[in-house]
Amino acid sequence: MTQDIYLLIEHIQGQVSDISYIMTAAARDLSDKIGGSVVGVLLGSGSEGLKDSLKVDKVIYCDHPALAEFTSDAYKRTLTALLKEHTPRVMFFGNTTLGADISSSVASRLGYPIINSCQKITGDGQITSQICGGKIKLDSLLGDGTTLISMIPGGYKPEIGRGGPPSELIHFSPPDLGDLKVKLNQYIEPDTSDIDISQEKVLIAIGRGIQTEDNIELAEDLAKLLNGTVCASRPVIDQGWLPTSRLVGKSGKSVKPDLYLSLGISGATEHLEGITGSKTIIAINSDPDAPIFDIATYGIEIDLFDFIDPLLDKIKSVKSG
Amino acid sequence: MTEIVVIARLVPDLVEELEIAASGTDLDRSWLRLIINEFDNHAIEQAIILKEKTAANVTIISLEAEGVEDMLFTTAAKGADRLIKITGLDDGKPTNQSAAKEIAKLIQEIGPDLVLNGVQAHDDISGDLAPLLADLLDMPYVGYISGVNLENGLAKAYKEYPGGIVAEMEITLPAVLGIQSSEEPPRYVAISKVRQMMSTATIEEISGADLNQDGPVRINRMYLPEAAEKAEMLKGNEDEIAEKLSSILQDLGLL
Repeated sequence: MTQDIYLLIEHIQGQVSDISYIMTAAARDLSDKIGGSVVGVLLGSGSEGLKDSLKVDKVIYCDHPALAEFTSDAYKRTLTALLKEHTPRVMFFGNTTLGADISSSVASRLGYPIINSCQKITGDGQITSQICGGKIKLDSLLGDGTTLISMIPGGYKPEIGRGGPPSELIHFSPPDLGDLKVKLNQYIEPDTSDIDISQEKVLIAIGRGIQTEDNIELAEDLAKLLNGTVCASRPVIDQGWLPTSRLVGKSGKSVKPDLYLSLGISGATEHLEGITGSKTIIAINSDPDAPIFDIATYGIEIDLFDFIDPLLDKIKSVKSG
Repeated sequence: MTEIVVIARLVPDLVEELEIAASGTDLDRSWLRLIINEFDNHAIEQAIILKEKTAANVTIISLEAEGVEDMLFTTAAKGADRLIKITGLDDGKPTNQSAAKEIAKLIQEIGPDLVLNGVQAHDDISGDLAPLLADLLDMPYVGYISGVNLENGLAKAYKEYPGGIVAEMEITLPAVLGIQSSEEPPRYVAISKVRQMMSTATIEEISGADLNQDGPVRINRMYLPEAAEKAEMLKGNEDEIAEKLSSILQDLGLL
């Protein structure tokens, strides 16, 4: 086994994803603590150029037409072959809709331990991760052999992982990628007929705490007064109360408004990772332990339905001068 | 007939206060209130939707836990055909690695076309269950699915990507899919129908001799994060807080 720290570079449609820079930052931090080079693993087809923006020491590149875009079968076969040949100390995966498809099954195939939802490397190389929507944290130790870590945003800024180009490029020959059981037919782009919430300056976000579809009107009243737009976390979208174009978070949009005012959102990790670019976050929630208070600028612990009318009245009176 | 297996899990209700066990490396599970994992609820719904479309047979598998019978009978009231409970661990939560081994043995006996599981459970420390299962069963796995159709030995599934992009994937069956959300919101069933199932439906019990808590991860410490490390909390009665918030909005130039 080497002491090197590997990370899987995620990319979609020719763009390196932010999580790749976050993993690079985490890998650099871990490397400072336990030693070893930081090595990016890039799978693609004619995608070699994607390696140049990451602050990694080396890149292992595997080129094959079946690796042009992410599919779990081709990626799993390639990474399993690669990790059998190279045995790094650690390999980071993004806990994203791509990385999470393969990290656990690669770990299972190779008998490696995997730590889910790591946010930060602490102490002398402990892995700080979280469960229960961020309400519980854990510090874990690296195993004796290779350990896989799936990484969530929040602990490192992506800018720290930007840099490059790496000084060394190593080519890796792909294994047999015939008869793949998972194929990508097509990408379906998001509906652009609705407002693009990633461009809005004021967002009023609603979550499970809004309780019923009828109560959305309260958020719309507030949005109207503040020239904002209503968006939502997953439970509201899954109920069909707002269109998918209004979803903020892991599989929705990442937003960067001047004001993100959340009503009844507890702040599951998948949601929080979509709002970290907001300038000011004001969170209203009745649960004092709601994880959204950890990243909000201002927090209000109150029953939303006791508070919304006094708030609307106050804003109306200020506006009417 | 198409055979579909869904693995349904109970997870801690996050509305309740969570505490750490005396060991310092696990949740205190003595008073923990468990509810169905929301993603698994969507997986159940997706299975029932497929049953309505393709005349499938739906089996629900769960590990023994407080409240698991009620949860299984509720799935029967929704339309599940066969209910299985794996017993074996008196106390605590088995690791996903050992649970996956037990569940995989059972799935191999059933020989399904499709295995559905919620894409994640918020109390998973090491690895996600569905991809672990897929590896043990040597089936392909695709997660973050929000809609699936079965045709000619293939699953056409819609996978969610960051930024609102959806990937249409074609997956050779048999396969394991991690469900993010079902095509329609999970259906409501009347409590009377669940009660009826309690007297007519049967839960098969399978002994899971190999369930254990020997995880591959060495947890050093489990703890509650310090609450609200960053937010400045606005305090007072409703009117006082409304006053403070409105002046913040004025400072931000929004009023």
